[in-house]
Amino acid sequence: MAVIRHTTLVLVLTLIAGLSWAGGIEVREFDDPVLEQRYKSLTASLRCPLCENQAIDDSDAPISGDMREQVYVMLQDGRADIEILDHMTTRFGDYVLYNPRLEGRTLLLWGLPGTLVVLGGVLVVVIVRRRRNASAQALSAEERARLDELINRERTP
Amino acid sequence: MLIKMIPEIGHFALVIALLLAIVQGTMPLVGAATRRPLWMAFARPMAAGQFLFVAIAYACLTASYMLDDFSVANVANNSNSMLPWYYKFSAVWGNHEGSVLLWSLMLAGWGFAASRFSKDLPEDMVSRVLGVMGLVCVGFLLFILATSNPFERLLPNMPSDGADLNPLLQDFGLIIHPPMLYMGYVGFSVVFAFAIAALLGGRLDAAWTRWARPWTNLAWAFLTVGIALGSWWAYYELGWGGWWFWDPVENASLLPWLTGTALMHSLAVTEKRGSFKSWTVLLAITTFSLSLLGTFLVRSGVLTSVHAFANDPSRGFFILMLLTVTVGVSLLIFALRAPRVSHTVGFNWVSRDALLLINNILLVIITVTVLLGTVYPLLLDALGFGKISVGPPYFNALFVPLTVLMCVFMGLGPGARWKSMSARDLGRRVALSGVAALVLGAVLPLIFAEQWNLWVAIGLITALWIVLPMFRDLFDKTRNASSFGAGLKKLSLAYWGMQLGHLGVAVTIVGVAVVSHYNVERSVRMGPGDSVQVAGYEFTMTNLQARRGPNFLADTATIEVSRLGSERSFEMRPEKRLYIARGMPMTQVALRPGFFRDLYVAMGEELDGDDWAMRIQYKPFVRWLWLGALLMGAGGILAIADRRYRRRKTAEAPAPAAQEAHA
Amino acid sequence: MNRRLLLLLPLLIFLVLGVFLYRGLSLDPFHRDSALLAREFPNFDMVTLEDPERRVDPSLFQGEVTLVNVWGEWCPACKQEMPQLLDLADRGVRLVGVNYRDTRDKGLGFLEEFGNPFEVNIFDPDGTLGFDLGVYGAPETFLVDRDGVIRYHHTGYIDPSDVRDHILPEVEKWQ
Repeated sequence: MAVIRHTTLVLVLTLIAGLSWAGGIEVREFDDPVLEQRYKSLTASLRCPLCENQAIDDSDAPISGDMREQVYVMLQDGRADIEILDHMTTRFGDYVLYNPRLEGRTLLLWGLPGTLVVLGGVLVVVIVRRRRNASAQALSAEERARLDELINRERTP
Repeated sequence: MLIKMIPEIGHFALVIALLLAIVQGTMPLVGAATRRPLWMAFARPMAAGQFLFVAIAYACLTASYMLDDFSVANVANNSNSMLPWYYKFSAVWGNHEGSVLLWSLMLAGWGFAASRFSKDLPEDMVSRVLGVMGLVCVGFLLFILATSNPFERLLPNMPSDGADLNPLLQDFGLIIHPPMLYMGYVGFSVVFAFAIAALLGGRLDAAWTRWARPWTNLAWAFLTVGIALGSWWAYYELGWGGWWFWDPVENASLLPWLTGTALMHSLAVTEKRGSFKSWTVLLAITTFSLSLLGTFLVRSGVLTSVHAFANDPSRGFFILMLLTVTVGVSLLIFALRAPRVSHTVGFNWVSRDALLLINNILLVIITVTVLLGTVYPLLLDALGFGKISVGPPYFNALFVPLTVLMCVFMGLGPGARWKSMSARDLGRRVALSGVAALVLGAVLPLIFAEQWNLWVAIGLITALWIVLPMFRDLFDKTRNASSFGAGLKKLSLAYWGMQLGHLGVAVTIVGVAVVSHYNVERSVRMGPGDSVQVAGYEFTMTNLQARRGPNFLADTATIEVSRLGSERSFEMRPEKRLYIARGMPMTQVALRPGFFRDLYVAMGEELDGDDWAMRIQYKPFVRWLWLGALLMGAGGILAIADRRYRRRKTAEAPAPAAQEAHA
Repeated sequence: MNRRLLLLLPLLIFLVLGVFLYRGLSLDPFHRDSALLAREFPNFDMVTLEDPERRVDPSLFQGEVTLVNVWGEWCPACKQEMPQLLDLADRGVRLVGVNYRDTRDKGLGFLEEFGNPFEVNIFDPDGTLGFDLGVYGAPETFLVDRDGVIRYHHTGYIDPSDVRDHILPEVEKWQ
């Protein structure tokens, strides 16, 4: 049942949105280039709530137009980025943030890559240390010199 | 009569192919396990037969498209009698059913190729490799026949004309992008089969890696070019000039590329030094698994994406089962059969081995990061923590620094020696390049642009740090030869392939860094006679007219463009189209490509009067990012041509140390 | 022993991922709870569709459980769900409409053609109330309790089973 409803919904939404590409081409005036830059980065980091997976700056959906307008108006009002983002999330939920906030449920998302870099560093140290010992044990100095020579001959053909 | 039966013939051919694949997936494996040469001998003929019958099925579907047989549901839903013939041809893979059939065709094709180019391999190895590939084929053919039959008929109520191919897909880029991409995805099945065969046969020496390396390079080259084509297609077709969106479907193709890249390097270590054996096997399994995972993500509808196929949970379930069985069993075999005692092949802190170890670890971390970001919304949703989105800001914030970090080591790699060298020696080799990269990279943005940008500088430094040591290395390598030319000739193709691949990475980095930060974009209102200046160019709309295409209506603007202060001008014609059959509006971008910059004009909505909203963009160095990918692909293929792989008589498992001497 | 466990690790990671993917198959990526759940109905001061002179504000919802339906003449699914809304009205549920991104003529014509289950319709031609409600495509439906707090949200077409299984029980619950 859920599937059928889902399909209907998609169908309806598609009709409304007209499956739009290359949207959001609008003429907007900015007195201040900094403001224009902020507008661009804000509209690029807000997700269109209706579309499949598009930022509002890329989408033709009416709601994206409304959201862009809201961003523009609030910027002209001198509001801070965080206020504008909050304004959107209180209405459309955290779903519209392409840059997820750091909070309890996103700890893993933001924390894992850094943790892995640290662990990876430790792993490299452990492995290389072991391998160094291995090579020290496995070969006498003489053998090692001979092998190095063999390898280096390959390096300079 | 026979023509009317084409879809049935195709369907029947698929059934036969399935039967052959079942034989291919069982007899040779059992034969290899029980040492029965007769059973093992089934492998090659079955691989050929299966390929033949999948090809027949594929030809039948193509014929149905070409002949406008709208009684076939797949044709009726995705084609139209007005469609030009070449789009009918490519429409076959512009939908779920047809693309899975193409996927299967390629899988069977790679299997067939593996059976042809394996004359020098031990018979049991060939049997196992083809057996494993046969089993994968069984899975996909079953998937087609059970859930995605492209030959389903709409009888007796067949439509008089088709619903047309999605206009986004009516494009040259789409003719070639999916086949390339699939060749890459599917191509990794060969190295996967080699790895499983090596595990099953208990032959985890360096030999299998030597056989598998050319196949891996080839698949990787296809995937690289396939991804680049997809990016290029999105760039000119979607109309907003983006070339990478961190969409789940894009990420799905990036994941096997990342592990595939790690795999190429780890195969090198295993072949040359005999170490990292289990790791290499695991990477081979992971890479193909990620290809399958990508298929699942694209076709199951668990993630929202702009590119996903029409979603159907029953298909999703089937692919998930396929994925679970394939990957689960492979990883189980890995856990049971991988050597429990790690080999003690030693190397030192300063050595190519250590650098490649770091390369692999970083690539895996990048892979995990991309995968995490891609599935994280799904994880939270499944746990009931609500809906969030993970998009470009997240990926850029992590991917870019991780990549830069990796490139730091990448610059050192080619100049480093295997096993051990003194830090002083390595330092001497790269010191000059390092200083030059820092200075040039920091200064160049100042020369070419008005504003200095930190990220562009970092990008350029990184790229130069990869490229400059190459020249030093070339110099070192030719020093002992009689002349520079003679020295160059002596270098192996594998060496050139590596350098070309690395050069490609640097070129792509330059493109990404420059276009991301020096892109100029302006949205303007324009009517006939209006002109506007963007990034040193003057754009004047000289004409605006309506025209009729084969299956669309269009408003076309003619825009005259000239460089400020220059007499020469050229025309650009962006279009806004309405595709009749689907009533779908589309923006046809006007592009003026160049080696150092693209000009990009897209038409938006009609405003009051004769005015239109237009988006004009100046995109410096954007071509470089695809050019780099082409260089990478070329590098991968060049390395295959190396003598080493053609001299197959010596392939019979020499000891690692002996290999090093003559490699 | 240690190493054997390590070799099993990839399989374990994959199986965990597999469980989530399996779970994902039965989740609807399009379904999202409204950000306004358990919050007060956003403030507004607007005229009604029926009478351009009459102004309404959130006091409209005080004291009675109300189903607020966001609709527009241009929206095909809104037409399809009208019988279900009329049925709800027949069962005594109080309905208030938000005529979203529409013109007055078209909106009134729609009600004439497909029936009018609404006690009153808030006229929202620019979609400002819709925006504050987080509406991104009609139809959307909100249940507001007697204190004016949003308690339930439905996105898209309402079919008869939705009325039976979700909407009526929710109305009952907050009554």
